[in-house]
Amino acid sequence: VKNFEIPAFECETGNYHTFCPISCVAWLYKKIEDSFFLVIGTKTCGYFLQNALGVMIFAEPRYAMAKLEEGDISAQLNDHEELKKICLQIKNDRNPSVIIWIGTCTTEIIKMDLEGIAPKLEKQIGIPIIVARANGLDYAFTQGEDTVLAAMAHRCPKYKNSELRQEPTNKIDNSSQIKINNSSNNNFIYERIELPKSKLVLFGSLPSSVASQLNLELKRQSILVLGWLPSQRYNELPSLGEGIYVCGVNPFLSRTATTLMRRRKCQLIGSPFPIGPDGTRAWIEKICSVFNKTPVGLNERENQIWKAVQDYTRIIKGKSIFFMGDNLLEISLARFLIRCGMVVYEIGIPYMDKRYQVAELLFLQQTCKKMNTPLPRIVEKPDNYSQVQRMHELKPHLAITGMAHANPLEARNINTKWSVEFTFAQIHGFSNVQDILELVTRPLRCRSGIMSDFQSLSKQT
Amino acid sequence: MKLAYWMYAGPAHIGTLRIASSFRNVHAIMHAPLGDDHFNVMRSMLERERDFTPVTTSVVDPHVLARGSREKVVNNISQKEDLQNFVDRASSYSESDVILADVNHYRINELQAADKTLEQIVRYYLDKARREGFLNRSLTDDPSANIIGISTPGFHNQHDCRELKRLLSEPRISINQIIPEGEFLKNLKDLPRAWFNIVPYREMGLMAANFLEKEYGMPHILTTPIGILNTADFIAQISKIVNLWSFSLIEKKVNYDLYVENQTKFVSQATWFSKSIDCQNLAGKEAAVSGDATHAAAITKILVREMGIRVSCSGTYCKHDADWFNEQVQGLCDETIITEDHIEIGDTIARIEPSAIFGTQMERHIGKRLDIPCGVISSPVHIQNFPLGYRPFLGYEGTNQISDLIYNSFNLGMEDHLLDVFGGHDTKEVNIKSLSTEKNNIHWSYDAESELKKIPGFFFAKQNNISTITVDVMYAAKEKLSS
Repeated sequence: VKNFEIPAFECETGNYHTFCPISCVAWLYKKIEDSFFLVIGTKTCGYFLQNALGVMIFAEPRYAMAKLEEGDISAQLNDHEELKKICLQIKNDRNPSVIIWIGTCTTEIIKMDLEGIAPKLEKQIGIPIIVARANGLDYAFTQGEDTVLAAMAHRCPKYKNSELRQEPTNKIDNSSQIKINNSSNNNFIYERIELPKSKLVLFGSLPSSVASQLNLELKRQSILVLGWLPSQRYNELPSLGEGIYVCGVNPFLSRTATTLMRRRKCQLIGSPFPIGPDGTRAWIEKICSVFNKTPVGLNERENQIWKAVQDYTRIIKGKSIFFMGDNLLEISLARFLIRCGMVVYEIGIPYMDKRYQVAELLFLQQTCKKMNTPLPRIVEKPDNYSQVQRMHELKPHLAITGMAHANPLEARNINTKWSVEFTFAQIHGFSNVQDILELVTRPLRCRSGIMSDFQSLSKQT
Repeated sequence: MKLAYWMYAGPAHIGTLRIASSFRNVHAIMHAPLGDDHFNVMRSMLERERDFTPVTTSVVDPHVLARGSREKVVNNISQKEDLQNFVDRASSYSESDVILADVNHYRINELQAADKTLEQIVRYYLDKARREGFLNRSLTDDPSANIIGISTPGFHNQHDCRELKRLLSEPRISINQIIPEGEFLKNLKDLPRAWFNIVPYREMGLMAANFLEKEYGMPHILTTPIGILNTADFIAQISKIVNLWSFSLIEKKVNYDLYVENQTKFVSQATWFSKSIDCQNLAGKEAAVSGDATHAAAITKILVREMGIRVSCSGTYCKHDADWFNEQVQGLCDETIITEDHIEIGDTIARIEPSAIFGTQMERHIGKRLDIPCGVISSPVHIQNFPLGYRPFLGYEGTNQISDLIYNSFNLGMEDHLLDVFGGHDTKEVNIKSLSTEKNNIHWSYDAESELKKIPGFFFAKQNNISTITVDVMYAAKEKLSS
């Protein structure tokens, strides 16, 4: 019987900084190659995205703002007509396979009926339109991706049982290739036995190379992934429905998980997330158990990785870390770093879905027990100001913080690392463990002679 | 609704936050959803600010809205009353003063909002001081000035401020106050003690200066001391103002002519540079200028009047200041373009094909796309516009900096061009051993090979319907392109 006691956590309901969820446009438009993102908002939204996209904005990304003006707010102009004009322009300029409307705070407040207008407009212009409400009133940062994927899930084709071959028996030959020696010209021909695709769909936006790596890991366990949500192209969305298992790769995708379960009738595989070798192993193990496969070589693989990153773990063993919290990856990252031998004082996190993250939280507990370190304090909706005070007292070796606080904390002699880098670095799977550790150890390795003499480089306290 | 990709000036609340975070003991509270405080990130990262940005978001979430403000947001006036009530109540709770920023998000942009907020704060504190009897209206004993409009994260503001202090020190004008950057609010009551006000950037500070003139009779100098001529004019205006009072107050008249002459001829290198031979090579070249009104107008003047360069097109995104801008650049450029649409500006530049562009970071990217060098002379900014080194645009040091910028922009363009013509950046490839091992049916002689490196592309041949490339053709191509 599993012990379902999860770590206690508190909700500070404080003032904290994180990015607006429309920031998800910055990576999703790149991931879904035939998409166009239309953010329907005000100058504030546009200005933020302009800064977030940085120099990318000059490369004419597949993104634009439908800038709301006074006439739109006071309902003098017809929303349907205005949006139609804009979408036609987008169709002419870019001709995407799908237009994704991102609703913002303003559209929330004025109750613009995007979900009502979209289907009608879709028929008129002949391009699918998906509506996702990624606004800062309801969501934080990476949850923007969650709302987009949850909306996209409705567009996945319906899975028909006859599409796939029957589930193979347990005794499957692990080798999927036969080597045939063609003696005429001494070349080997490899003939592949097609492994039937497992009824597994993975969800979460990852760079294609990382997705391929995870696919490969599962293939080694004779599980062929059916598809990903989101897929590289809109027209390649995986089939969903009863009989399909879904598994997430990121901790902030609780709404997508719920939509897949309730609306598309899929089975959710709950597991820790594939971040860090321990997380990746646990993730693969869980999936294997669901598909009745005995995992092969996983322990060796994990140990091999730990051995390979010894130099890094040596640097961080015994050091302490404090997560201020902004990208919702904090629990997984903390768990991994605890496994590396660090002590985590506090994990700030904007929002945590306890059900979706239950496996990760349990894993965190187990890891703390295994490494004999105290369970970190988990604070939802933290108050940044109080956290800074706590950091002054606790004096962690490293603080993971947002860009608004990084410089001031450095000036006060607290080593920092930008949390946003973990959002955009490749941190999933076995192959990328070094990348995470590189990020974490860099501030700890970088301390040169001159700086250590100064207590504080700020004149303020 | 409008389809928009890029904006030059930010939204209104950024302007207000700039002013609030520039003052010393001001904290801004935004009643806003998560993420609206990305201003904190910008300020911290661009200015490499060592202290926490004094802006807090009081996070609005759906529960707050459900309690009633939902309906009222559409009606701006009600919303303002709502927030004003909040502010009044907050003032009674706390010891600090609480002010509601009076800016309409849909009608004004970052610069106008900053201007308005600064005026609002100045007015508030002077009115308060007057009511409570703290106002000191006596002029300082020695000539002094306020500098109005230095803020964070402004384009080279910190450097400009230092240079202004330097500029005023030899004529012995002391600085009364610099607002808003680094000033304490309690000192604002002493603003009227200065003899005059300086507004280096008309986009930010003009409203406050006008208020001080109307209510307290303070004159202000609007000329921005960018460039030799403008700086001389600036100093001349100062001497005029100082001499109005100087006779009665310090019993003498001031004359800064010698100072100006010395600076112009010897301290600033710009005048000598414009006479020098390599600057003469720039004469007649064409440039396009774009940016905020202050900088765009000033650079246009410098290019035309001080360096003999032709400005085909000059423009600004400060639409509300169109009249002033047009007046400033009249007769100095072939056409003006007043627009917020970067596509329009890009098309205009593509049409004129200048030898260099002077603009914002957006124009720099337009330049990259069109392969035209660009010097950045105005916000909007990137991190490169916050150099650690001393790089003012104002004053005599500013003239040196600007001359360097202009010269390098034109010259780098020339350099690239010449390198293209004469065959690449690496001229050390004399040994071509590798090619003899290639199974090629074509054999190139050593000489031909080296000539190959100098070809400006087969484009020339195609254009002239030449199908066989001989050495003569190659030379012809080179000649054609270097003319």
